[in-house]
Amino acid sequence: MKLLSTTALSGLMALGLVSTAFAEIKIGASVSETGPAAFLGDPQTKTLKMMVDDINAKGGVNGEQIVLVIYDDGGDPNKARTFATRLVEDDEVVAIIGGSTTGATMAIIPVVEDAGIPFISLAGAINIIDPVKPFTFKTPHTDRMACQKIFEDMEAREITKIGMISGTDGFGASMQAQCKSVVGDYGIEVVADETYGPQDADMTPQLTNIKGAAGIQAVLNPGFGQGPSIVTRNFAQLAIDLPLYQSHGVASDGFIELAGAAAAEGVRLPGTALLVTDLLADSDPQKAVATAYKTMFEAQTRTSVGTFGGYAHDAMLLMVDAITRAGSADSVAIRDALEATSGLVGTTGTYTMSPTDHLGLDLSAFRMLEIKAGAWTLVE
Amino acid sequence: MKLSNKQTALVVLAALIAITPLFFPSSYYFRVGSLIFVNSIAVIGIVILAGYAGQISLGHAGFAGIGAYACALAPVHLGLHPAFAVVLGAIISAVMAYVVGRPILRLKGYYLGVATLGFGILVSMVLANEREITGGPDGIQVPDLGLRAIVKTMGLDLNNSEFWYIFSGLALILGAWVALNLYDSPTGRALRALHGSEIAARTVGIDVARLKLQAFIISAVYASISGSLLALQNKFITPDVAGFMHSIEMVTMAVLGGVGSVLGAIFGAAILTMLPQLLTVFAEYEMLLMGLVMMLVMIFMRDGLLPSILRRIRGKDE
Repeated sequence: MKLLSTTALSGLMALGLVSTAFAEIKIGASVSETGPAAFLGDPQTKTLKMMVDDINAKGGVNGEQIVLVIYDDGGDPNKARTFATRLVEDDEVVAIIGGSTTGATMAIIPVVEDAGIPFISLAGAINIIDPVKPFTFKTPHTDRMACQKIFEDMEAREITKIGMISGTDGFGASMQAQCKSVVGDYGIEVVADETYGPQDADMTPQLTNIKGAAGIQAVLNPGFGQGPSIVTRNFAQLAIDLPLYQSHGVASDGFIELAGAAAAEGVRLPGTALLVTDLLADSDPQKAVATAYKTMFEAQTRTSVGTFGGYAHDAMLLMVDAITRAGSADSVAIRDALEATSGLVGTTGTYTMSPTDHLGLDLSAFRMLEIKAGAWTLVE
Repeated sequence: MKLSNKQTALVVLAALIAITPLFFPSSYYFRVGSLIFVNSIAVIGIVILAGYAGQISLGHAGFAGIGAYACALAPVHLGLHPAFAVVLGAIISAVMAYVVGRPILRLKGYYLGVATLGFGILVSMVLANEREITGGPDGIQVPDLGLRAIVKTMGLDLNNSEFWYIFSGLALILGAWVALNLYDSPTGRALRALHGSEIAARTVGIDVARLKLQAFIISAVYASISGSLLALQNKFITPDVAGFMHSIEMVTMAVLGGVGSVLGAIFGAAILTMLPQLLTVFAEYEMLLMGLVMMLVMIFMRDGLLPSILRRIRGKDE
C-alpha cells in the first residue's frame, strides 16, 4: 500500500510540478548532521540551508530558485551511499554536496561517478581527489597540505627532531600517515611516534614517552574532537617546554575552551581565514567573503563560526558559481564549469581548479595561527 | 492447498521479492530493497542462534566485518576472485566462531551477551587500527564482483541497484530456505528443545554444548555472507560494518519482527531498514520514534510483530 501511494504521489507530482520544474535547480546534500561526526555536519547543514535561503532571496541563480534536498547520513558510509542513490535516482538532483567524513565521501563517489553527477565533498583525505575522478571535487585542504604547512613553520624555527602523538580515528590516522610521508622533505626526523584512541581520557603516558625522547624539539598532534584538548592539557601538566603543534582539525574556538586558555598558550596550528577575520588586512581578498559568512552564520545560529561550516559555504559558492557560468542546470555542463573555476575566493582559500586538480587550493590559503591569551593570532 | 508452512513461507517471500519491483518508481527503491535483503540474511542468522537455540549474541557484526573485509582484501593480497573471497570470509568466520564459541558459549544470559559484545568490539578495533592492511577507519575500496558485466554480455543490462536487488534477493531466498529446513530437521528440534530447557534437553540425550556451537557457527556464516554482500554492493567498506551499532541493529531487527520466525525476521529487517528512509523529514525524531516502536512491540507484541499479527488473524479465523 505504501508503495502504491508513493507511486501515486510521484505521479501527481510529475503532473502538477512539470510547469514549475523549469524554474528551479535541485541540489542534493548528504551530511552528518547527527552521530559521531555531528560537529562537522551540524554547522554544514545550517550553512547550506542559510546560503540557499540567501541566494533565493536575492533572486536565485540564472533567475531560477535553488531547491536544497538534504539528508542526514549520521556519518555512516552505508547510509550515505543510500542517500546518494536516492538523490540521484529519486530526487533527480543536478549536483550533490556532502560527505562530511572521508568514509561517507568514499561511499558516495561510486554512485555519482556512475550517474555522472557533479559532487563536491566536504572531507579532508587526499585520496578523494587523488587520483582525479571526473565528477568528484572537494573544498577542504588535504591533510598532506596541513602537514606541509606545519613542517614549513618548523623549518623556519630550525626544528629538526619532533615527536608525534596521533588519534587513531579516521582523521588522525590519515594525517599521521600523510605527515610521515612528507616529513623527510623538510629535513625533519620523527623521533617519537605515539597514538591514542578517540575516547581516551588521559594521554600522560604517551606524552611522558615523547618527553623522554632524545633531542626532541617540538610535538605535533594530528587529531580532532576532544583528544587534542586532552593532549594540550596533559602537555601543560607535564610541563613539557616545547612548541606544540595541533592540526586544522581543531581550528575552532571550542578547542581553546576545552583545553583552557592557559594550557593552550603558544599552541600553533594551520587554520583558515575564518578564525581571524578581524586580523586580516583590508587588502586581503578573503576578508570580505569570510566576514560576510561569519556575520551571517553567527547572527542566525548564535554559535561561533568554524572551519567545517566554511567547507560547506565554499562548496555551495563553487556550485552556484559553476551553474552561473554554465548558464544551465545540466550536470555535465556544471561539471565542466566546476573544473574551469578560476580565482574564486572562498572562506578556506582561493580556488582555481583544473582537469588535474579538483581541489584548487595551495598552501597560501592556510594561515599559521598561534593561541595567545585565549585568542587566535596570526604568525608572521 | 497441500503446501507446508515452510513452502508457504518461501512462496510468499519469493513472490514479494518478484512482484514489488513492478511498483518501484525509480531504481533508488532497488537499492533500499537490496539493503533489506542483505540485512535480512544477517538477521536470519540471529534467528537461528537466538530464536531456535535461545542464545544471545551482541557481537555478530564482527562476523559481518570479517566477511566484508575478506572481499576487500583477499582479491588484492591473495589474488582470489571476489566470489571466492565470500567463501573464504565465511570459512574464516566459521573458524573464528568455533574458536570463540567453545569457551564463551558456556556462559549464559547477560554474561554471554557481554562476551559476544567483546568479540565484536575486538574485531572492529582490529579493522580500525591495522591501517597498513585494512585502510583504517577511513575504509577501503572493494573490487567489483564482475557478475554484472557477465549478465550484460548475456543481453541483460541492469544498473548496480537492480543487479544487487536480484542477486541479494536470490541469496536471501536461499538463506531462508536453509534456515526453514533447519527448523524442521532433527538438529532444529534439538535446538528448540535446548531453548526450552537446557537441563531437560540434556536429560533426553542432546549434546547441548555441541549444538550451541553449531548454531553459533551457522549464524556466524550468515552474518559473514551478509557483510560480504554489503561490501561487494557498496564497493567500499569501513570498520563501521563490524561496529557495535550494527550488532545491536541485527538483534533489534530480529526481536522487532519476531525472533522465532524467519519471515518475521525479514519483516523486522524491512521495517528498520525502511524507517530511516521514510523518516528523513523528521530525522531529529528518528531515534525517538524507533525507541517508541520498540517499546510498544515489547509491551504489546512480545513474540515480535509478524508472529503476533499472524496469531491475531488466525485467532479470528477460528
